[in-house]
Amino acid sequence: MAKYSFRVNRRSVSVDSWDPAQPLLYALRNSLGLRAVKFGCGLGQCGACTVLVDGKAVRSCSTPIRQVEGRAVTTLEGLGTPEKPDKIQAAFIAEQAAQCGYCTNGMIMSARALLNQTANPTVEQVKQGLGQNLCRCATYTRILSAVLRAAKA
Amino acid sequence: MRRRDFLRTSGVIVVSFAFGGALREGAAAQGVEPGKPVDPREVDSFLAIHADGSVTIYTSKVDVGTGLSIAMTQMVAEELGIPVSRISVVEGDTALTPDQGGTGGSTGITRGGIELRQAAATAREALLKLGANADMTNIGALVGDKRLDLKVDAKAPLKAAKDYTVVGKPVLRPDVPKKCTGTNLFVQDVSVPGMLHGRAIRPPSFGAKLLSVDEDSLRNIPGVRIVRIQNFVGVVADDEWAVVRAARTLKTNWTDAPTLPGSEMLDRYVRNSAVDRDETLVNRGDTTGAVPASTKQLSATYWWPFQSHASLGPSCAVVDFRPESTTIWSASQGPHGMRANFSRVFGIPEDKLRVIFVDGSGSYGSNGNDDVAADAFLLSRAVGRPVRVQWMREDEHAWDPKGPPQLLEIRGALDSNNRISTWETQMWLPAGVQGARPLLAVDDAGIQQPHGRGAGQISQNGDPPYATPNVKVVVHWLKETPLRLSNLRAPGKIANVFAVESFTDELAAAAGIDPVEFRLRGLTDQRAIDVIKRATEMVGWEARPSPNSRRQAGNVLTGRGMAYMRYKQAENYVAIAMEVGVDRSTGRINLRRITCAHDCGLVVNPDGLRNQIEGCILQTLGRTLHEETTFNQSRVTSVDWATYPILNFREMVPVEVALIDRPELPPLGAGEAATAPVAAALANAVFDAAGVRLRSVPFKTESLRAQLKS
Repeated sequence: MAKYSFRVNRRSVSVDSWDPAQPLLYALRNSLGLRAVKFGCGLGQCGACTVLVDGKAVRSCSTPIRQVEGRAVTTLEGLGTPEKPDKIQAAFIAEQAAQCGYCTNGMIMSARALLNQTANPTVEQVKQGLGQNLCRCATYTRILSAVLRAAKA
Repeated sequence: MRRRDFLRTSGVIVVSFAFGGALREGAAAQGVEPGKPVDPREVDSFLAIHADGSVTIYTSKVDVGTGLSIAMTQMVAEELGIPVSRISVVEGDTALTPDQGGTGGSTGITRGGIELRQAAATAREALLKLGANADMTNIGALVGDKRLDLKVDAKAPLKAAKDYTVVGKPVLRPDVPKKCTGTNLFVQDVSVPGMLHGRAIRPPSFGAKLLSVDEDSLRNIPGVRIVRIQNFVGVVADDEWAVVRAARTLKTNWTDAPTLPGSEMLDRYVRNSAVDRDETLVNRGDTTGAVPASTKQLSATYWWPFQSHASLGPSCAVVDFRPESTTIWSASQGPHGMRANFSRVFGIPEDKLRVIFVDGSGSYGSNGNDDVAADAFLLSRAVGRPVRVQWMREDEHAWDPKGPPQLLEIRGALDSNNRISTWETQMWLPAGVQGARPLLAVDDAGIQQPHGRGAGQISQNGDPPYATPNVKVVVHWLKETPLRLSNLRAPGKIANVFAVESFTDELAAAAGIDPVEFRLRGLTDQRAIDVIKRATEMVGWEARPSPNSRRQAGNVLTGRGMAYMRYKQAENYVAIAMEVGVDRSTGRINLRRITCAHDCGLVVNPDGLRNQIEGCILQTLGRTLHEETTFNQSRVTSVDWATYPILNFREMVPVEVALIDRPELPPLGAGEAATAPVAAALANAVFDAAGVRLRSVPFKTESLRAQLKS
């Protein structure tokens, strides 16, 4: 089995995998126990599995593990905790911007990537920035408010 | 706080869910919990008071992201007279919670909350007699994990609504901080020692038989074991990616079974399907009498296709099969129903089978949760280890039981005063069949099981809520339907209200009367009048007949529309108004504003309620604009988010909600009602803007463009 070394949430890790094509998602969830990342479609269509690689949003369900060798991955666990949420998480909590919460990981990580690029996005920029993230409960209005609130925080 | 957050050793329950660590609630906790009552006549079935003064409440009504849990907590806190922060909730565990029925039909508050409230009121009376002080700060010392041994007293006095301090407040949901930090446990995250990952390989067509399995096709994937039971074939391994690859790679040969009619022209297929029986639901006055030639008469046909629950996360279950005691972790909305059905199907006594609810991806009814649990059950039983199965995207879209196709024909007439004189609705709906819905894996494995069919109360709201002397509603219950069915949010009502409220608008247009005025003329119920007035005032309703004569601004036609209904003709009152632009050249609908006035009696948690209403409306907007399960002769062909699109972020429209609180009335559920007027409000707004009547869901851009050109 090959070993893949990279950083996750400011920590160095190495993960064994029999398959270089194995999506990062399975390494994060099952090898590293970082289960904020959710499997939604395996097709890069829904965004539930979003993580940051070197600050950019990527779909961990369709990113082979070999592609993150030596790079820096950030997951939702790396942002904050219930006691010390980061500003985006705090804004989602303040707006109660979740129903079932299955998409929340991807929404917050995509918002993080958006705010890294555009500190003060317009409504349209938020809609575009999170445009590839689906929420079946359709909590979009609150998620929009939360991202705008986070940008001002 | 919820079950898995606390660790209690004082006798009630020991639970510790920790990521990466040991998670073993099933058999162990059953030992720790000798004979906790679950009889819904007993107060102790609903409440446990601990030595530290905290209280655990037990309910079979589960929170699937609806905010039900905090609302029930508020109701108990109010009645017991303790703060919300002292209460934890255990939900949907067949070993620990009383059976209050599954979570569906908007009964979470009306049954779950009301029963808990009565148990709490009974407990408060008893505690005061035992010497509790008014704010219950000494109940820990007084009771300290002992049982109260009390029957629930249906007459225990309830607090007066005017004295409420907790009910009616926007208390924050305790699950949200966890969901926002990745620390909430979903069933997809459950891991138990020794657990394997599994996947089932579904046949290429409904009813296909497995001819052969080429085990050698998996030679390059390590550690995979194949399980075959007649036509059921699955794979298990320690590594999840290995089973995902294996399920995709395994070569299997099947018979072809092209038994489906295909979804093209499904409305015609339904119209011509064999009828099992007719049922007359409403028969008032005489709809058959001759109508004077001078009156205006209309008829129209409306269509709603098969739709999927389309859960964002594919269904998942973990099953630990053991001859002495089997545990299923599931996000099913009906853990007790699942236990009863699995017990019958697999021949296990109910007391040796425990179903534990764990949060899942939103299910909006019965998605693939039961079927994936059956997959995991068969695999666990075959390999003697706990097995976790999560469906893949195509499994969920193709194989979840579907919301039914609905065809409605409505005929109506206006009298000489332009009031509705006659109304006749005919519905073509799949007939119910007694018994549980068949589980996919169980059929495949050749195990006998019931082949029931049902999709909930799908024939409600087929009659107009407006004064009409002659009304008849008839259902033609059809013998067969191509796909498996189940309850999908607001079962049947969304399509029925779409038809009834669209047709009402058609009558208003024929009468040349403003659609709001036309409705108000037929209403005397003040609660109905209030929601209609409120929603339309909020949108800035311009009173005039439809279509809009001054509608064009460049290429864009503008208009407004509304719809009203009373859920199940007995529950919530909801009115929704919308403002739209329609692009003449492309047929694109640009929805600009949505307003909603909502009356569900007593409001328990206004913020949770608003969240539900916003979600109801936007989710149904997606169902109206985009969603249709398609299939060919063999299989479902809408199998991902490209072939089965739902509302996306860019299409989001702000929703303005007015809550009409009625503290003096009982609370009603709100997870469904606001879905029902959405499609009609949109169709009516598009008609006002463009003069084109949309009667077939989904409202595809191409079809509207074609109608605009003709």
